[in-house]
Amino acid sequence: MKSNKIRLVTGSILLMLTVMILYSCSTQTDVMGTQNAASKVYVAPGEYDEYYAFLSGGYNGQMSVWGLPSGRMFKNISVFSQYPETGYGYSEETKPLLQSSYGFIPWDDSHHPNFSRTNSTPDGRWIFINANNTPRVARIDLTSFETQEIIELPNTGGNHASSFVTENTEYIIGATRFSIPYDADLDVPIDSYKENFDGAFTFIGVDPESGRMSIDFQIKMPPYHYDIGKAGMGVSSDWVFFTTYNTEQAHSLLEVTASEFDKDYIVAVNWKKAEEYVNAGNGEIIDTEYYHNYRTEHNPMAVSDIINKVKLIDPADVPGMIYLLPTPKSPHGVDVDPTGEYLVAGGKLATTIPVHSFSKMLDAIENERFADYDSGIPILEYESTIAGEVENPGLGPLHTEFDNEGNAYTSVYISSEIVKWSLSDFTVSDRIDSYYSIGHLLITGGDTPNPDKKYMLGLTKTARDRFLPVGPKQLHPAQLYDISGDKMELILDFPTYGEPHYAQAIAANKLNLNAKQIYSLSDNEHPQATKRPRDVRIERDGNEVRVYMTSIRSHFTPDNIEGIKVGDTVYFHITNVEQDWDMVHGFAIKGMENSEILFAPGETKTIKWEPKRTGIYPFYCTAFCSALHQEMQGYVRVSAADSDVQLTWGTGE
Amino acid sequence: MSLKSKLLMVLASLLLVTLYFTPIWTITLTAPQYPTGLGMYISVDDITGHEQHDLQNINILNHYVGMKPIVPEEIPELDFMPWMIAGLIFMGLMVAVIGKPSLIIAWLVLFLICGVAGLVDFYMWGYDYGHNLNPKAAIKIPGESYQPPLFGTKQMLNIKASSYPYCGSLFMGISLLLGCIASWLEFKPHKSMDDNV
Repeated sequence: MKSNKIRLVTGSILLMLTVMILYSCSTQTDVMGTQNAASKVYVAPGEYDEYYAFLSGGYNGQMSVWGLPSGRMFKNISVFSQYPETGYGYSEETKPLLQSSYGFIPWDDSHHPNFSRTNSTPDGRWIFINANNTPRVARIDLTSFETQEIIELPNTGGNHASSFVTENTEYIIGATRFSIPYDADLDVPIDSYKENFDGAFTFIGVDPESGRMSIDFQIKMPPYHYDIGKAGMGVSSDWVFFTTYNTEQAHSLLEVTASEFDKDYIVAVNWKKAEEYVNAGNGEIIDTEYYHNYRTEHNPMAVSDIINKVKLIDPADVPGMIYLLPTPKSPHGVDVDPTGEYLVAGGKLATTIPVHSFSKMLDAIENERFADYDSGIPILEYESTIAGEVENPGLGPLHTEFDNEGNAYTSVYISSEIVKWSLSDFTVSDRIDSYYSIGHLLITGGDTPNPDKKYMLGLTKTARDRFLPVGPKQLHPAQLYDISGDKMELILDFPTYGEPHYAQAIAANKLNLNAKQIYSLSDNEHPQATKRPRDVRIERDGNEVRVYMTSIRSHFTPDNIEGIKVGDTVYFHITNVEQDWDMVHGFAIKGMENSEILFAPGETKTIKWEPKRTGIYPFYCTAFCSALHQEMQGYVRVSAADSDVQLTWGTGE
Repeated sequence: MSLKSKLLMVLASLLLVTLYFTPIWTITLTAPQYPTGLGMYISVDDITGHEQHDLQNINILNHYVGMKPIVPEEIPELDFMPWMIAGLIFMGLMVAVIGKPSLIIAWLVLFLICGVAGLVDFYMWGYDYGHNLNPKAAIKIPGESYQPPLFGTKQMLNIKASSYPYCGSLFMGISLLLGCIASWLEFKPHKSMDDNV
């Protein structure tokens, strides 16, 4: 009996152990998989990421800088929207950047960042980004990571197919998303669309030394809607490509009316030929109005030029420059493979991915295989340019990037996945889920002649249940995939900032050594800079008062100011005379109907203040700069308009 | 005085010319916020930062504990020392020209006096700098002083200060050694008559 009991107990224990071991084995595999993914994205404290990624901010109008593979955010770069945290768009230096022919625009929708390029490869000098709503393109300097220039595009309604850059940054392309009448003030019935509306492509020249942009010429196009563009590379580097929708030329309920035709077009533009025509004096100069806002490396005070002319060429007048490639069902993306031979269309309503051949296109042009013409532009026969169609790509293919082994990766919106397929036989070899509804994707180097086969970032539109819930409106996620093997592997899922559309990545060592640590005070050319203590002063000119102030740990000079009067317009020109990396000070004053300003070491910034009531106004440093940050403060005395309080100032006196 | 000794004296003197081009001492300050350190070089005629703005940043940190700012233009030694070195160079060359062996000894003694005086002065400067604090300083810690070490490493609040000779000191040492060799050559006991043949 006794031994039976022992056997029973021993048996039960063994059974339990077996179950436990078996159970733990199954979870062991999950743990191993998770650890494997975790180790791939783990960047140890104090270590640097392999890549910088620049994500457009979408409807926040900004651009954010991230590290890959860690998915850590480093900076928000203010571009098209005011940003009260730093004073961007509020400071006197940056307000001119947001001026347009429609006045001061405090917000926009930024979509497609693109690096400056040398031999179609990012060279780390600048990154450009487009504003979709009020059509503009911005240039961001990649030593300061700050917006230096914004140029407006005339004759354009929504600059979506932008800011793609040609082989050696000769041009940034832009295109009208919504065709409109060129005369911005033309008051006509909307149903006179076909008579009065036109499309336009814009070619923005870039000065190779300074990066300064200029609208070099525009091309008049039929009133289609232009979706997205891409510059050719390799064999096709003289060409740029745009997709079209609404070739039906509808103007209402476009979800139905613009989806009637079986095929819309990819537009192929030989920009070298267009440039030759322009240089040879073709085209006409037309009246228009657009703003060009810029600042220089050492003078942060932006200025605005208003320009009233633009060069316009009409393809009907100059042959051999533009061709239309019929492409199924309102194509969205047009992406060029690393050799420049294949043009991959994202037929967002199509059930296949059509791939055009650049060399077949040249043959078709040579042999004049034209099916028709529109507005004098030849339409090539579909069969003459098509290289193949990828079957079963999922529903709603949008954008494609490439690796260095002849594979293409296409984002598929409706079926929420990425499909991997081969450029040699156009068959799908792998697919992986997106969380959820992917828009653009990014492969490191995936839009250049030399892609990596390492990381892929999917930029998705809704988070739903992916993270701890934060109410009905949540941040947009991104997923990082390891694509080094045969199978794509999800290794990270993280929330982003704004609504990233497209993104660009560059190897960290191409930027990090050039990143500025300070603005050199000796190079500071701001007209109101205060570089030396003896230059601190306050000047009154009628009702305008200018305070030339300095900040250094842990005080402002001056910090006691009297003699300001109700009705004055006061400009605080504050120079941060620190020359130590990341030693930032800020400035805010009670009741100011304006933002704070933050100023980096060596930087001068200006904020305008119009006190409406008498009283004592405290001001203080808003950036926790030092152990005595809390003491970094001061007072302004505001007296009645008719008072005789003299203008006086001082610190520690 | 042999030609060999004269050449050694010329070399010893000319080696001191390097002091106008390379610092004689370096002080490095590291802190949690400054992992790679801030630092300064001390030359015969100037004090400069390891990096362009280090001196300004050291002065900013130091003002919290009431230390005086380091302003090279206001340190009289930096005006005086270049002339002292010039004097040593000139006299060393004169010793070689005149060729009287006992002058080598005189030169070496002068050199040593200058060197010791320099170190004493450096110590006193450091003492004054670290002890003579502004009574209105924001951070006051009873009994704490901030004198940098003359040689070696010392922890002061959150800052670790390391002070070591730099290239200039090495050249001074070699110069002194060459002078010593010259004097040894002149005054060594003669083993046999053959040595002078």
